[in-house]
Amino acid sequence: MRFLFKTDYNQDIKLAKHGGHVFWYGLLVLFLLAAPWVIQEYWLAQLTFVLIYAIVGLGLMLLAGFTGLFSLGHAAFLGVGAYTQAVMVNAGIPFPLAIACAGLLSAAVGMVVGLPALRVKGIYLGMATLAFGFIVEEILARWESVTGGNAGLMVNPPAIGSWSLDSTNEFYFLCLVITIGATLCIVNLMRSSTGRAFVAIRDSEISAQSMGIHLARYKTMSFGISAALAGIGGALYAHKIQFLSPEQFSIIQSIDLLLMVVIGGLGSIHGAFLGAIFLIVMPQLIAIAKDYLPSAIGQATGLQGTVYGLMLILFVLFEPMGLYGRWLKIRTYFQLFPFYRKGMFKRQKSFQKSDRLK
Amino acid sequence: MQLLQLLIDGISQGCIYGLIALGFVLIYKATETVSFAQGDLMMVGAFMGLALMAFMGLPYWVSVPATIIGMGLFGGGLERVVIRPILGQPAFSIVMLTIGVGFVLRGVITMIPDVGTDTHVLPVPYAGGVLRLGNLVISAEQAMVIATTAVLCGGLYAMFRYSKIGLAMQAASQNQLAAYYMGIPVKRINGLVWGLAAAVAAIAGLLLAPITFVHANMGFIGLKAFPAAVVGGFGSLPGAIVGGLIIGIVESVAGFYLPEGFKDIAPYIVVLLMLVLKPNGLFGEKLRKKV
Amino acid sequence: MMTMSENILLSAKNLSVRFGGVLAVNNVSFDVKRGEVFTLIGPNGAGKTTVFNLISRIYTPTTGSIDFAGPKGMLRLTDQPAHQIASLGIARTFQNIELFEHATVLQNLLIGRHTHRRTGLWSEMFFTGKTRAAEIEAREKVEHVIELLDLQHHRESMVAGLPYGVRKVVELARALCTEPQLLLLDEPSSGLNVEETDDMAFWITDIKNELGITVLMVEHDMSLVSKVSDRVLAMSMGEELASGTPAQVQADPGVIEAYLGSVDDVSSLRRNNRKATA
Repeated sequence: MRFLFKTDYNQDIKLAKHGGHVFWYGLLVLFLLAAPWVIQEYWLAQLTFVLIYAIVGLGLMLLAGFTGLFSLGHAAFLGVGAYTQAVMVNAGIPFPLAIACAGLLSAAVGMVVGLPALRVKGIYLGMATLAFGFIVEEILARWESVTGGNAGLMVNPPAIGSWSLDSTNEFYFLCLVITIGATLCIVNLMRSSTGRAFVAIRDSEISAQSMGIHLARYKTMSFGISAALAGIGGALYAHKIQFLSPEQFSIIQSIDLLLMVVIGGLGSIHGAFLGAIFLIVMPQLIAIAKDYLPSAIGQATGLQGTVYGLMLILFVLFEPMGLYGRWLKIRTYFQLFPFYRKGMFKRQKSFQKSDRLK
Repeated sequence: MQLLQLLIDGISQGCIYGLIALGFVLIYKATETVSFAQGDLMMVGAFMGLALMAFMGLPYWVSVPATIIGMGLFGGGLERVVIRPILGQPAFSIVMLTIGVGFVLRGVITMIPDVGTDTHVLPVPYAGGVLRLGNLVISAEQAMVIATTAVLCGGLYAMFRYSKIGLAMQAASQNQLAAYYMGIPVKRINGLVWGLAAAVAAIAGLLLAPITFVHANMGFIGLKAFPAAVVGGFGSLPGAIVGGLIIGIVESVAGFYLPEGFKDIAPYIVVLLMLVLKPNGLFGEKLRKKV
Repeated sequence: MMTMSENILLSAKNLSVRFGGVLAVNNVSFDVKRGEVFTLIGPNGAGKTTVFNLISRIYTPTTGSIDFAGPKGMLRLTDQPAHQIASLGIARTFQNIELFEHATVLQNLLIGRHTHRRTGLWSEMFFTGKTRAAEIEAREKVEHVIELLDLQHHRESMVAGLPYGVRKVVELARALCTEPQLLLLDEPSSGLNVEETDDMAFWITDIKNELGITVLMVEHDMSLVSKVSDRVLAMSMGEELASGTPAQVQADPGVIEAYLGSVDDVSSLRRNNRKATA
């Protein structure tokens, strides 16, 4: 563990806490900027997907990981953003305006979905968001005049007037810029009073309230921002896959998003990125592994689902802090070598006591 | 008359939802965790019944108890291996774990060569039978569902009310530490509860199979059982059944009177209404932290 | 709006609250003067924490009212929503420690500064100069509290890993960070050993004398009560028993009976001496 000796408040506040941060993140940004010339086009496309899912993941991490509100129907916001973008771009509206609208409309839907959050908690909130997810999916399928229904909707590439971004490289840079922007916004939020208010709501609503935090306002804000990010991610997603249909935004997609934040590591910004990488890389790994497995297992339809389920179970059982947590432990092990103690990250066991009255 | 027919259809479908919801609520009452695996446990139960009846050729009256007991043991085993180690973690992690279990169950069944990806008929002795009451038509499958649900509910009620095990389950659900101190083997009780929930899921599967046939995606019906549990109130066993009936009837009526597409989302609209009007469900308990 | 005499900060009148069939608080009235330490004592279940919860607006009284001489003048507290209480200048600690477990001590204290924030969502998202300045100012203010309560080496620790005694202090620190006029302390010394209780007594006195904060306290430890309190109200079964200075209340026969029981209660426990020597 690196011990930072702080002599200035700014050291506490600033983004890069020490030289190491500056170095490694700088290197990462350089790599991302150089990517189109360094890696193959196929992997660039996958990287673009990772960035898109990371944006959505940031939103869900904010909602579930930092504010403690679990949304089981998050794909709905993705869908709203995607379809809004598709409809607007197909109508010739320049894409910056279209993306802004996609984000705003998703945010509005998010705040509506957040209304039950003001009254109910826990599993009931999960059910409410699940219900909304189904309803939105059905609306997307039935509102055929706008969305093309189950037949699907083609999406034009992003364009401002006659200048359009239809190459993989150009689109990649668009996604990169938006991802970096979104990440900075979320990181900024989390190091200021709004982010702390979110964490307070997650950890103890009653004392958050007694500290003057207006629960309804901040919960709605969290839903709104989270949905806006999902909407923006959805807009980019629409351009990437170029063809939308309502079943892409079903409960399975919602569960995939949740899987992403849980396996990535709940409550950390890195977790959103690690989870996105997991989500995109896993199917590739399974596809590669298929060739090495006996055909009975390798060719079976259920393989991907089984692997996902197993990974989820293993992570929750053995690494509840997710991929980021595992990374932290590995890093701490090497930093403290040979003084690393096994119990350093141990969670305190708690006995369940019912919150139910009566 | 049409309405009455719709009601019967709704009630019989609602019983299935109610049975699955019963499983959720049992587990929730005992351990305050939500299990998303109930639907898939039901599916596995149906496949187990199929294996015993169709592939091994055992008679119905042997296969059914064997399936129920088998699933019960499976549920208990599941709890022991997968759920017990994570108790104490936040509720959300446990939910994700059960989702993972559901994935694995569905995936493994799908991977069974030839059997997993097909739809199968469950050979039941009462297949095709029909009851006629005037203009009403009640299929034997539906009648079986309703009758079994009623008997099961009575049995569970009696167990919780009068038996020591039922009392122990209630105690463990309210305050684990105190239950430990009173000598209640909380871990074993939890295993029992999961076993019981799995057995109930198996019964639901065996009842549903003649109606929808046995296939790997049967478990998705479980997603409709959640609205049932919410409507009834998550901590209430009778609530689960009543909620299921309400959802079943709403679905049935909506499917007939409302335009296409409403049938699928009607249960969810009911859930939202319920959460707005009576957040704790019809029979639910208030959740409030005492400081 | 009623007028209260200049030096009364909080006035509770005829407070009652009923939960189902249980009358938790029954017609309780008291005044808290500015700058004093006022303590509620009583056996368990007397309704003391319930009174606190009424003031924090976690519960709403069935009858009665609470008036507070807030920064903007006299206010009927019972009309205010729960999240406004902190900005009016009332802070509280909880009996069973309600800290933000998965955050550091510093972050807990910074959350205490929430009512003093001047930046909104957008300036925080882009971390403008205004936000940076606000963050530094918040940290400076929080540092004063850390110094007062000696929390320096716990600054960066996660609350979840801290021992009980330290958590109680963090809870107090967090309440102080809101810069309250009235501080509600719910059993500040419960679970603390003798040394920690002594520290607590010093801090409460410092809070009153140096920071000029009025303290309303629930306490069981009679020595702490005698040491720091100006006035005491004894409650039992939701009702007022006696009020006055600590010495007066401790001598009151009704209070003694509530805590120790009357002679009649105890006589059945007395062993029959003739039997023992047989």
